[in-house]
Amino acid sequence: MVRGPVSGPGRAYGRGMARSSRTLVSPLSPFSPGFWRSPLRGPWFTSVLGVVLLGGMTLLFVTGLLSYAAYNPDLSPVNDKTPDKGILGFYLFSWPTDPHWLYRLNQGVHVTLGITLVPVLLAKLWSVAPKLFTLPPARSLAHALERISLLLLVGGALFEFVTGLLNVQLDYLFPGSFYPLHFYGAWVFFTAFVVHAALKMPLAWRNLRHLREERTESVSPAPAEPTVSRRGALWFVGGGSLLLFLTTAGQSFDGVLRRTALLAPHGGAEPGSGPGAFQINKTAAYAGIDPAETGEEAWRLVVTGRGGTVRLSRADLLRLPLHSAALPIACVEGWSTSDQWWRGVRLRDLAALVGYEGDPPDVLVESLQRRGAFRRAALRANQVADPRSLLALFVNGEDLTPDHGHPARIIVPAAPGVLNTKWVARLTFGDL
Amino acid sequence: MRIPSPGGVPLGGSLLGSPLQLLLLCCSFALAGYAGVRLLAGDWFGVALWFVGAAVLHDLVLLPLYGAVDRALVRTAGRHVMYVRVPAALSLLLLLVWFPLISGRVADRYGSATGLSPDGFAARWLLLTALLFGGSAVLFVLRLRRATKQRPPAAH
Repeated sequence: MVRGPVSGPGRAYGRGMARSSRTLVSPLSPFSPGFWRSPLRGPWFTSVLGVVLLGGMTLLFVTGLLSYAAYNPDLSPVNDKTPDKGILGFYLFSWPTDPHWLYRLNQGVHVTLGITLVPVLLAKLWSVAPKLFTLPPARSLAHALERISLLLLVGGALFEFVTGLLNVQLDYLFPGSFYPLHFYGAWVFFTAFVVHAALKMPLAWRNLRHLREERTESVSPAPAEPTVSRRGALWFVGGGSLLLFLTTAGQSFDGVLRRTALLAPHGGAEPGSGPGAFQINKTAAYAGIDPAETGEEAWRLVVTGRGGTVRLSRADLLRLPLHSAALPIACVEGWSTSDQWWRGVRLRDLAALVGYEGDPPDVLVESLQRRGAFRRAALRANQVADPRSLLALFVNGEDLTPDHGHPARIIVPAAPGVLNTKWVARLTFGDL
Repeated sequence: MRIPSPGGVPLGGSLLGSPLQLLLLCCSFALAGYAGVRLLAGDWFGVALWFVGAAVLHDLVLLPLYGAVDRALVRTAGRHVMYVRVPAALSLLLLLVWFPLISGRVADRYGSATGLSPDGFAARWLLLTALLFGGSAVLFVLRLRRATKQRPPAAH
């Protein structure tokens, strides 16, 4: 009896206040806090997404740097698409050949994780959108610089995701070559990312550990009726990631799993049939291989070293000791095949033919292909020396197919796909 | 000496902000500059346009656009909005990520380079979209029926 009339006007008073505060600041301008109505925005939601991205982006950066190192760019100019890298190549090392699935794992993680993080990145940018429109534009010099740094952070993240997504779909729209753009872009992004993480992580941890709801720019002063809980919204973002993951990850496996990658570039069925029915990066036709050059009569492998030059026909190669190796093809674009059964001549045996008995050096491999950034590629001595590194003539018990590099191709454990040169014409052994 | 600002917050120290923050930012800018010079070494205008354009396009076009679509959806669907929002957003997310393949704009290059069929991406995306909306519809009907059954008889 007493409480009823008191609580009634109280609620009406609150409602009236909310309405009047909204009419005071024009809700049409994104610079007014009332413009942003979503009740989901707040430190907790932003912090959860931030922590996921801290781990995710760091892993993307590290796998990206490893992939860059896997090309051995410091070995030879033909491997180096970023000759002006300077100190950014400080960490480069001789890419190992063990474990033989190293590049497959690294690049599968890099690309699949990147695709999986798209919804998380979009949600994070959505959750902090009101901060873009805060007034005054800068409270202090540090704040002004931080906002410029945020442009590098957001622009950099989007630039890296867009160039990566376009490259794996062979849509070369971006203004330049993928390697330098994605590599230098990653460094610009990461410098801003590190400083952002350093400035914001203490706050994010506090938000998550104490679940303290501080009033910040991102919290709406006049929230709309919630249509989903914050937890529900996180499930929504996670669901988007899961959907992308489930329709992408299969392209790193064969058979039934590949068919689950419904939208990924190398998902679905294998190309062709028979022993050569596994994924192809570039077909013989696309690489401009003339069948007349690869015939038994025309094709000769030219091997050069300190001991001179030998010219070998495919029949000559077949008379050399043949060895087998079970190795995958793993592409920079993130897809890979399971181990294929390759058979051919060891690279170190070919080195021995031209004067490097027992101490195989680096090798420059040249292909017949007319185009492609890696028509010429260099392999390091440790790769040449590995007994599983072959000049393959057969795969899965049959002659190589034209699309897999007939008459002969390189196959090296743990190397990126493009360093496994197809349609090999010339091998030049020696220190590069 | 600190000069009081009109807002009552002392200027001077606050004009610069935290010194640690300034140091971190300057260090980051120096490194970003080192990489940025190399990033812009080729088509500098094109790269700068892509870099800044990506942020601007996202923040000033994409985000307001999907925000507006979502508000329209909430007005139309009311409290059942999640049954439409979730499948629609997931379908658009797939379209956004795989647009070059789904739209067929790289069909020729894709087909000749990989030896795989460039057809079918649009069809698979449409089927996934149908599955998402269909699943949502089934869930909606099931929950509606459960709610109807659990509701106590109105007459008593």
